[in-house]
Amino acid sequence: MTLTFLRKVLWASVGVAALALVWLLLWADYRADRARTETEPVFRANFELTDHSGMVRTQEDFAGQWMLIFFGFANCPDICPTTLSEVAAVMDGLGENAEQVQPLFISIDPERDTPENLADYVPVFNAGILGLTGTPDQIERTAENFPIFYEKIEEASAPDGYTMSHTSHLFLFGPDADLVTTWSYGTPAEEILADLRKRITR
Amino acid sequence: MKYTIHATCSVLMLPFMLATSAMAGSADVVVENAWARASIGTSRPGAAYMEVHNAGDEPVMLTGLLTDLAMRPEVHRTATDEQGVSSMSPAGDIVIAPGETIALEPGGLHAMLMQLQRPMEEGESFSMTLTFSDGGETTVEVPILGIAARGPED
Repeated sequence: MTLTFLRKVLWASVGVAALALVWLLLWADYRADRARTETEPVFRANFELTDHSGMVRTQEDFAGQWMLIFFGFANCPDICPTTLSEVAAVMDGLGENAEQVQPLFISIDPERDTPENLADYVPVFNAGILGLTGTPDQIERTAENFPIFYEKIEEASAPDGYTMSHTSHLFLFGPDADLVTTWSYGTPAEEILADLRKRITR
Repeated sequence: MKYTIHATCSVLMLPFMLATSAMAGSADVVVENAWARASIGTSRPGAAYMEVHNAGDEPVMLTGLLTDLAMRPEVHRTATDEQGVSSMSPAGDIVIAPGETIALEPGGLHAMLMQLQRPMEEGESFSMTLTFSDGGETTVEVPILGIAARGPED
C-alpha cells in the first residue's frame, strides 16, 4: 500500500521534472530567438554608382521606392538576360504600381560595362530598368556592401578570354532601403510578382 | 535534379560507349522547342535553347554546333551553387542515353553564340547544326523571339 503510494509520488515527480525540462528548453529557444531578431542588424542598400545615362546615383535617390536589385554583366548570354526578362515581366505585371518599384541592374564587370554599353542593353528589356556601373573600385565597394560574391574567371573559350561568376539572387529593398527579401535565380516572374504586389500594397 | 539524373546516366553509359567503337544513332535524334532571344548588335554573345531527344536505342554524343550566325557556337553550362553564385563554363561532349532528352534551357545548358556575324533580329530565324560523335548531324531552324522572351512560347 505504502509502496504503491510512494511509487505514485515518484512517477508524478518524474512527470513534473519532464514537463519542467520541456518548458525550460522551449523558453531557452524563445529567448535565443528574441535575442537574434533584436540584435541582428538590418541590412541596408548602400552604393554610389553611375547609371546608364551617366548620372551618379546612390540609394538615397530612390528613397520611398522599393528597389529590385540584381547583379550581372552585359556579356552574359544566359543568366543575365533571363533575369532581366523576368524583371521586365514583373514590372509589366505591376501595372500602375510599377512606379513604386525601381529595378536596378548593377554590373560586376566594370571593364566592359561602361554606362554607354549598358544604355543600349538594359532599358531594351524594360524602359524602367536602370543599369548601374562604376570604376572597378566602386564595384568592389558595392559588392562589399551587399551580401554578394563576384569573381572574374579566366576562360579561354569566353569572349575576351574571361567570364564573371556572380550571385544571381534578386534582392528586394524596402522604401527605407532595408533588405526585405531575396528570390533565388529561376523563381518564376509570376511568383515574384504575387509576392511583391502583396508587400507593396500592404 | 534532372541534371543529376542525366549526369548519372552519362556515367552509367560510359563503359557501354567505350565498348562500342563507333556510336550510331544520331539519325534518331529529335530537336524540339528551339528558340533564341534577339540581340542588340553583334558585340555581345547570344544564346539558343532547345530540347534534344534521343529516340533511338543507342546512346548518342553531342560533340559540337555549327551555324553561320556565329563564328564560335559552343554548348556551355551555367551552374548555380548553394550560395546562389552562378558561373558558366563549356559543357564539353554531352551523352544522351536512349530515350533521354537533354534540355538546353535558361540557367542550365545553352548554345552560346560567340562572335555573332549579324544581329539576331526578332521574327527572323537561323539554322543550327548539331554534330554527333558518329559523324551524323541534325539541323534545326531556331526562331528568334523578343529580347525579353522567357521561353519558346513567348
